[in-house]
Amino acid sequence: MTHILETVDLCKEFSGFRAVDTVSLKVREGEIHALIGPNGAGKTTVFNLLTKFLPASSGRILFGGQDITGMKPAPLARRGLVRSFQISATFPHLTVLENVRVALQRRLAPTFAFWLPGRVLTRLDGRAMDLLEQVDMQDFAAVKAADLPYGRKRSVEIATTLAMEPRVMLLDEPTQGMGHEDVERVTRLIKRVAAGRTILMVEHNMKVVAGICDRISVLQRGAILAEGSYAEVSADPRVLSAYMGSETQLEGAHG
Amino acid sequence: MTLQRNLLIALGLAALVVAPAFIYPMLIVKLLCFAIFASAFNLMLGYTGLLSFGHAMFFGSAGYALGVTTKFLHWPPELGILAGIAVAALIGFVAGAVAIRRQGIYFAMITLAISQLIYFVAMQMEWTGRDDGFHGIPRGRLFGLIDLENDLALYGLVAVCFVLALLAIHRIVTSPFGLALTAIRENEPRAVSLGYDVERYKVLALTLSAALAGLAGSLKALALSYESLNDLHWALSGEVVMMCILGGLGTLGGPVAGAFFVILLQNFLADKVGEWLSVIIGVVFLSCILAFRKGLVGEIAAWMERSRKPIPGQESRR
Repeated sequence: MTHILETVDLCKEFSGFRAVDTVSLKVREGEIHALIGPNGAGKTTVFNLLTKFLPASSGRILFGGQDITGMKPAPLARRGLVRSFQISATFPHLTVLENVRVALQRRLAPTFAFWLPGRVLTRLDGRAMDLLEQVDMQDFAAVKAADLPYGRKRSVEIATTLAMEPRVMLLDEPTQGMGHEDVERVTRLIKRVAAGRTILMVEHNMKVVAGICDRISVLQRGAILAEGSYAEVSADPRVLSAYMGSETQLEGAHG
Repeated sequence: MTLQRNLLIALGLAALVVAPAFIYPMLIVKLLCFAIFASAFNLMLGYTGLLSFGHAMFFGSAGYALGVTTKFLHWPPELGILAGIAVAALIGFVAGAVAIRRQGIYFAMITLAISQLIYFVAMQMEWTGRDDGFHGIPRGRLFGLIDLENDLALYGLVAVCFVLALLAIHRIVTSPFGLALTAIRENEPRAVSLGYDVERYKVLALTLSAALAGLAGSLKALALSYESLNDLHWALSGEVVMMCILGGLGTLGGPVAGAFFVILLQNFLADKVGEWLSVIIGVVFLSCILAFRKGLVGEIAAWMERSRKPIPGQESRR
């Protein structure tokens, strides 16, 4: 099995504090891979390093076998490594349809043409609607993103990310702060869109992780503590003590 | 909404046509020049979300460029105006390339620094006339046909440029580029994660804004046959911020209303209150910031929106 995303001894220091410590992460193509760990373990920092929103202090990052350590975030996104954010990342005053169109526009329509009328973008509407249907948001197309409930914003975000036709999607806590129903809906959605692509997600909700993730890496104080399937990881006493300070059920460890 | 808007546009155009019969044309010319300038600035602060604190450099440099090309090189006025626009756009592009990686106060400070640099260069140069100003700019004949020494002809030129500038701004903000710019303003990290090289969009926005500010500066220098160092001064950069915020950021009419308001206030009060003028304008600005955050036009638009449709079942979360 090939590794589509790989880090080699990745480190990040913030003025002496080592937030990410020699992390060697291997994400297999086609899998849903979870990155878990207690608060402050460095999960989001790893995401920021992978997507080049932060420069690494040392180490290398390989994407599809190519070294991307020195790339900038926007060109990397264009290559197919696309992220979401911990705090819902929509364009609040654009409609749901326009949100998805922004991503399509960058690939398929002019973006610097300041002399063209905006209606040239309407030819993307059909495609945008298709993407919205994939996430069950077609009925909300004309609603402003800011007026959506939180769980629905996540769906818009996923549709927008899908519009990039990413090879790898990085989802930062996709179910964080959601009610029970929304969690289930978004989980099913992630499972569905994972077909044919790779997903790396930071997730606190162990039910979600146990339900859909093929492989799990546990991060603690910036370093990888354990790696494996849910069964392997959840049986690891080091993981249990890292989470709870005692050997209790891992499932109780919701963020 | 569209009916209301069309009515407003028709009224505005009619006002432009009949105004010189009632008001001294050169005053309206001045108003329109500053209205274009404020609208150009709004393209940055209102639509790109970047506060430039050096926009006078585009306004003033264009005036000098028009002066040099028409007075020394004997170019016709239309080419002089184009030269002003080109010089301003070039400065905008260079300033953008230097400053665009910075945000907020840092962007404001770098633009201020560059504009101060240009101000002091202009003050050192013999040909700018330094403190005395650059005199003797010929108005010339537009396209070799229309004698601009006639105030009404000049007014016509400025009014047409004003309408074209507003149309251009409307097109820019609703174009594919404008929508990309909106996305970047609303959520920059997300735009980056969708593959947008946000800095290039901002540089283009600043270049376009500078070009339009250059149009305003060239027209003003042509109208007054004179260019002054004041048009490069940071105080003017501050004034245009004020015009925009007073009138309403991110609206097409706001900067126009703001510019009219500030210039008229200055005109009517200048010989009556003297030094107190700055204090009065300061108080007006302060009360606007405290009481009408959206500016004149912004507040009116918001009020019309509210009275038009009480949203059923949900309140707007703005």
